[in-house]
Amino acid sequence: MGKLGHTGTPAPHDSAIKQVTGRADYTDDIPEPIGTLHAYLGCAEVARGRIEGMDLSGVLAAEGVVGVITHEDITGHNDISAVHADDEPVFPVSEVEFHGQPLCAVVATSRDLARRAAELAKIEITPLEPVLTTREALAAGGPDVTAPLKLERGDAAEGLKSAQHRLAGQMEIGGQDHMYLEGQIAFAMPGEDDDMVIHASTQHPTEAQMIAAQVLGVPANAVVVNVRRMGGGFGGKESQMNLFCCVAALAARKFGQAVKIRPDRDQDMTATGKRHDFSADYEVGFDGEGRITAVEAQLAARCGFAADLSGPVTDRALFHADNAYYYPNVRLTSRPMKTNTVSNTAFRGFGGPQGVIMAERMMEEIAYKLGKDPLDIRKANFYGVGERDVTPYHQTVEDNIIARVVEELEESSDYRARRDAIMAENAKGGILRRGIALTPVKFGISFTATWYNQAGCLLHVYKDGSIMLNHGGTEMGQGLNTKVAQVVAEAFGVDLELVKITKTTTEKVPNTSATAASSGSDLNGMAALDAAEQIKARLVAHAAEKWGDVCNDVQFADGKVLCGGEEFGWREFIAQAYADRVQLSAAGFYKTPKIHWDRAKGQGRPFYYFAYGAACSEVEIDTLTGECRVLRADILHDVGRSLNPAVDRGQVEGAFIQGMGWLTTEELWWDEAGRLRTHAPSTYKIPLASDKPREFNVRLAEWSENPERTIKRSKAVGEPPFMLGISVFEAISHAVASVADYKTCPRLDAPATPERILMAVERLKR
Amino acid sequence: MAKERREIRFILNGSDVRLGEVAAQDTLLDFLRNARRLTGTKEGCAEGDCGACTVLVGRLVKGRLRYETVNACIRFLATLDGCHVVTIEHLRGADGGMHPVQQAMVEAHGSQCGFCTPGIVMSLYALWMQSAAPSDAEIETALQGNLCRCTGYEPIFKAARAAAELGDPAADPLEAERADVTGRLKAMADGARVTVSRGEDRAILPADVADLADVLAKHPEATIVAGATDVGLWVTKFLKPISPAVFVGHLSDLRQVDAKAARLRIGAGASYTDAEAALARAFPHLGPYWKRIAGWQVRNMGTVGGNIANGSPIGDTPPVLIALEAKLHLRSAEGTREIPLEDFFIDYGKQDLRAGEFVEAVEIPLAQEGVRHAAYKVSKRRDEDITAVAAGFALRVENGVIADARLVFGGMAAVPKRAAQAEAALKGQPFDAASFERAAQALAEDFQPLTDWRASAEYRRLVAANLLRRFWAEEGEGAKARLEGV
Repeated sequence: MGKLGHTGTPAPHDSAIKQVTGRADYTDDIPEPIGTLHAYLGCAEVARGRIEGMDLSGVLAAEGVVGVITHEDITGHNDISAVHADDEPVFPVSEVEFHGQPLCAVVATSRDLARRAAELAKIEITPLEPVLTTREALAAGGPDVTAPLKLERGDAAEGLKSAQHRLAGQMEIGGQDHMYLEGQIAFAMPGEDDDMVIHASTQHPTEAQMIAAQVLGVPANAVVVNVRRMGGGFGGKESQMNLFCCVAALAARKFGQAVKIRPDRDQDMTATGKRHDFSADYEVGFDGEGRITAVEAQLAARCGFAADLSGPVTDRALFHADNAYYYPNVRLTSRPMKTNTVSNTAFRGFGGPQGVIMAERMMEEIAYKLGKDPLDIRKANFYGVGERDVTPYHQTVEDNIIARVVEELEESSDYRARRDAIMAENAKGGILRRGIALTPVKFGISFTATWYNQAGCLLHVYKDGSIMLNHGGTEMGQGLNTKVAQVVAEAFGVDLELVKITKTTTEKVPNTSATAASSGSDLNGMAALDAAEQIKARLVAHAAEKWGDVCNDVQFADGKVLCGGEEFGWREFIAQAYADRVQLSAAGFYKTPKIHWDRAKGQGRPFYYFAYGAACSEVEIDTLTGECRVLRADILHDVGRSLNPAVDRGQVEGAFIQGMGWLTTEELWWDEAGRLRTHAPSTYKIPLASDKPREFNVRLAEWSENPERTIKRSKAVGEPPFMLGISVFEAISHAVASVADYKTCPRLDAPATPERILMAVERLKR
Repeated sequence: MAKERREIRFILNGSDVRLGEVAAQDTLLDFLRNARRLTGTKEGCAEGDCGACTVLVGRLVKGRLRYETVNACIRFLATLDGCHVVTIEHLRGADGGMHPVQQAMVEAHGSQCGFCTPGIVMSLYALWMQSAAPSDAEIETALQGNLCRCTGYEPIFKAARAAAELGDPAADPLEAERADVTGRLKAMADGARVTVSRGEDRAILPADVADLADVLAKHPEATIVAGATDVGLWVTKFLKPISPAVFVGHLSDLRQVDAKAARLRIGAGASYTDAEAALARAFPHLGPYWKRIAGWQVRNMGTVGGNIANGSPIGDTPPVLIALEAKLHLRSAEGTREIPLEDFFIDYGKQDLRAGEFVEAVEIPLAQEGVRHAAYKVSKRRDEDITAVAAGFALRVENGVIADARLVFGGMAAVPKRAAQAEAALKGQPFDAASFERAAQALAEDFQPLTDWRASAEYRRLVAANLLRRFWAEEGEGAKARLEGV
């Protein structure tokens, strides 16, 4: 028997066969008990206003309606804030704070009837003047929805003053909807006493459990939250499903029946948060070689009406406003602005991409100012090794490999020669222009909320030798369960098929962290290994006791257990251990070492390590319409020693395309009334198969291994490659710049839709 | 009156289904998931844009069984009368195991979260049956109506290419069943008018075109539904009642596409797919344009007649058909009449359509020698997006002089509209850059477009003018002035 499916091998996703045959169950596929009711939200149609009264008589009289849920039905505390800010009611009592805010829920015998009845709610609202955009909020002087952060090192003001060159710039950075294919959903079943079982599509079962318990007014031990898999999460199900879990649970409690709530796509997109859009203002000083001497920047975000995760998101934007570059003198401030829009939330990268793209814009601007290749400016500013290696948050970069990653990609993508050829072709003055850019990424790994960096695992070996694995992470497609199962199979030296992966449930592993911040396999892989090692230690001790000291060296390999010259089959060995009364179950635990963070001082080591990567993209634009195609992309990405190269490659490719979408076709468009008008795939355009680069060369940096003692020396992969999509944006900028002979760095805001590209071209032509 | 049947009959995977209690608004997706618990078919958007609900629908075309991908979310259940519905649960390989497409998807790591996967497998399956060794362009086209948010599509391309190595379409179980299914479907077709209802909500499937006229004479208030790619959303997104609905997609007479007497006639019930080959043959410039209308599933469902009849200012077909001097055939129990297509669009939401009247066909004159044509669509995303600006141009150039010009735009006004000033600026002028520059300037007097989420007024104006410049660059200078596939 070979080492089928251990770490380092491209084992297929554990659900792949079920998924391709339509047999993988999502929350909406769970059979409904007889009498299941369906809830649907009634939402506000103004961006801000005072609630004067609600007339739900029409709703209650409608066909199939069993009742309604309003704030008056909340038996516990009316707050679902992920950070306990007490600013995010399930349903508001007195004031509407964004267009589309849920105000009540209708419960009926079918989803269709609940949905139709919800339209009949008459809610009297006196409109108030809303604040809709970041710039408006800044002009009004705030308020911030949560405390801003400042990162400072050296003397930025002095550094700017004494710089040989300085420039100031602005960038508007668009938000992004998650567009997970499976929308939000929760399905609550009441039990005896106060018990409530909730099946939900959630990245954070413990939070759903805690918040549902808080809203119901029961202890956490009464609430169980389960999730087998999600149809995509991307951060959109880290805190946003709290609302749906609470509404389903409140209704299930009130009516004593199972209740499911599943908004339609429009409501999903208008009632739940998205990636924050940012307004960045920066000033940078540099020398004649383009080497930065000082940076001062403000990153302001449209946070929406409530804090949600905006604090840590805007913090992370600052943590990544350096990307891979050393700023000798720096002062970075965040402004998390309160606005009358949906409360923005986590999304892959968690503010990091917005910080990184600002850094990349600065590199471009410096390059155009000095008439140099932007790649040379980037290289001149990379963090050093053993020098120039301290970040704006005073963490020393100890694992820097960016120079090697970029050099290898520069060579393999043939960047220089292609850039020359492109510029020569553009010089002929055609309607179609090409552009190329090579951009790096360095991304800090760990939750900046230090206490989140812990994980648990429950591992059972049954007496027939089969293994059941349960950990606190959730599966949203990223292959976490596959990777963790590979770790366990390897630990016991058995075939991956012996390890069964089960749903994530708060009943088995308590107090889990969100599966977020790319941390899933780092944390849960280690917790699972801990559990496996505990069981193995008992097996070894048992062997030594049974067969004497010769058995102190026990090998678990190839589905066999080797012990003092004796060889046992795995099943036989386990059966014997059971018969000899060895405990074959363990709870594993892990917490990330070394990290600490003092937010008030803006200093510490928030990140255990960094992941690196680089991408080179070539685009073609039409200077008459602004249409754009990505012709080629080359990627080299660092995942340390890969736990599963196929899964990791999938993460890199998918993240790149998602990052490209964020910066090209995905545009969130609000009208003057504060209504989101791009609220479904008909109006909100994520990349399609035909948007994939015509040529797409993706490689993992196989030589890399994590210098820190992570699981098998691997690195986190969920978020870092998202920022590789920035190379597409800068390549577009390069193509645009050609119409004015590269003399000016085009002012280009994100997303670079055909309209923004054409307008940038027009500005340069004038 | 034709004889009437009070139930629909169709085949779902292997089983015959007969349903009497069916509302006009009932969708296939809800039937599959809620009534039959066939939960492999997913709802991602309920508006025909994500493809997670893709299934195959087989129907008899001139006695031969043809399978096409459709979006179950906006396919009305009643319209499946006489069809074979194939869902992901029915897919299997010749040996009874996984289908080659499924096998290839597993091996290529083509699924991550897996929610879009059944829909993608169905689209790839339809592609595989058509073309076992597809080109990348064919794969892109097959996947135009399927969104995946996880993979970045790369492994799905690999799976599509690899599937050919894993099995032979000729050995596919659906091929083996073909004769049996054909026989069963033929036995179901009794030539009757079908009326089904639940409560007051009623759906009527007329027996033939003459019966359609009779039904509409009796129910002038009825909602006429062909492909349901627009009306489907009235139900799934706007909760609008459509009863009584008169479904016409099954009327083979309305689906005819044929060229005779120097005219290409497209029956109003012909889907975009039905019309594609004949149109692209007669007017090659429409080939690439046609592929940019919606996604594959929607092109299999949506009809040219519906695209015209719903009167949208951003429908993709009117600008290019008006440029081709298309005529519209309108029919009622009273008789038929023919009008120029451009006259059909009176104002936003208002068309020249009388009570009880329906669009029967659109006819395009074929003899257009010496005419230079172009069809352009500009949208935020290349594929499966709604138009910001669309244009159909037809210019007759004689001896270096522009003898006639038809410049028709969509997305620029409340209706698809000719640019009278720009046309005037071209007519009688030399076929040169200066003439097009003057026409581009004149466009400002033709249109006052709106700003919305698809594009600003400023962008629309600029792009419309630039499309005239593109036309000159391509036709006059032979320049490369378009991106690949645009």
